[in-house]
Amino acid sequence: MQIWAPIFLSLWVSAAATLLGTLAGVSAAAVLALGVFPGRGVLVVAVNALLGLPPVVVGLVFYLLLSHSGPLGDLGLLFTPTAMVLAQAALAAPIICALVHRSLEHSWAEFGPPLRVLGATRLRALPVLLGMSRRAVATAILAGFGRCLSEVGAVLIVGGNILGHTRSLTTSIVLQTAMGNLDTSLLLGLVLVGVSVAVSAGGIALGGARL
Amino acid sequence: MRRAWLLAAILLGLSGTARAESIVLASTTSVDNSGVLAKILPVFTQQTGIEVKVLAQGTGQALATAARGDADLVLVHDPDAEAAFIAQGHGILRREIAWNDFLFVGPKSDAAGIAGSHDAVLALKAIATKGVAFVTRGDKSGTDAAEKRLWKKTGINPVGQPWYRDIGGGMGAALNVAAAMEAVVFTDRGTWLSFQNKRDLVALVEGDASFINRYDVIQMNPVLHPNIKQEAARKLADWLAGPVGQREIGAVEQGGVQLFHPDADKVYVPRM
Repeated sequence: MQIWAPIFLSLWVSAAATLLGTLAGVSAAAVLALGVFPGRGVLVVAVNALLGLPPVVVGLVFYLLLSHSGPLGDLGLLFTPTAMVLAQAALAAPIICALVHRSLEHSWAEFGPPLRVLGATRLRALPVLLGMSRRAVATAILAGFGRCLSEVGAVLIVGGNILGHTRSLTTSIVLQTAMGNLDTSLLLGLVLVGVSVAVSAGGIALGGARL
Repeated sequence: MRRAWLLAAILLGLSGTARAESIVLASTTSVDNSGVLAKILPVFTQQTGIEVKVLAQGTGQALATAARGDADLVLVHDPDAEAAFIAQGHGILRREIAWNDFLFVGPKSDAAGIAGSHDAVLALKAIATKGVAFVTRGDKSGTDAAEKRLWKKTGINPVGQPWYRDIGGGMGAALNVAAAMEAVVFTDRGTWLSFQNKRDLVALVEGDASFINRYDVIQMNPVLHPNIKQEAARKLADWLAGPVGQREIGAVEQGGVQLFHPDADKVYVPRM
């Protein structure tokens, strides 16, 4: 049984999805925390509600979007790793957005007035506030990555669990369990947990000391 | 810097998918879980340079995937559903490529007293009468459809009975559940032979004439589905039905038992 291909796929798909989710999530969090516009409160509630977004529903929506009968079918992305990245990014973005927003909002409430006294616009204040919130941002990114690495519902639907192509660690576990290879499943599960712990530990070791 | 590296990884992944010509074969868990495709498809890829990506779904789901235009070729095993698929205009040419058989498996204790029987209808009647636990897949797969046809023959409607447990899952999942709750289950031979968690399960009823399990390859209608890779798909269909593919299919064994019997002499041309 190939073990490295699913590990590598899971890692790079989750990393790319987390990157996209971070770009979208942090941007949205900044707009929600610092912006002033009607409907902002509703959006905050909506983003927090999306924390519990079921992966299988996200998978289904992206399946319908990317299917050849769907609006984005001509891109030919269904059953590719790219489709897995997109679906997982949609799962990670709300988590990252909600966690970063919470911290940014707090920093803005506390340090916004002095920053504005010093003449900072909202846009100029943002990097400062993000710097203050770096722990929360790091936690949010790790939480988003963990969500991507561990979920199976979305990648199974949009990836198709194709051997050597879209078979990730989690979809391998589903398949091996279905084939009755419970030992292999358990081993893959341990690998998944190990990878997850290693990434978290690595993230903390890289940035945590100075955070 | 780290972001640039990740972007490079994404691009690498994208280019990797576009390197060789590849087609999507929508097939069934019973074919894929038995390992037959993993054994024979590399031979095809070596000969033609065409990479085959296998989607393993139930027959119902595989046909639905193809009907949406998301697969280039289908390899499934439910004659009724296939006929409907072709009648709807999605498929144009259906060829039988192999067969194996279904069987009932269940715990050694055999509470229904059906071990050694060759009569599916009698066995199901005994199961229903004695209320012996029975696991059904309930996923509109080829095996599920075959099991439902057998129940229809008995005149008994098991749906809703406490002993009739609909798990809504694949063949392997159904075997896992049957092994855990000591229930009888209807399975295809290939998955059964390859299955590694049998516990107390043994073959109980085999050899009924209605247990023949036919696998067909269906080419897609290029008029209805212009996006599919028709030429590459035709090559794979021809190869599966041709001498090399047939020989490779017949050579796949599990524990010394042949999993599929190549049988590509029947051609079904649909009425258009």
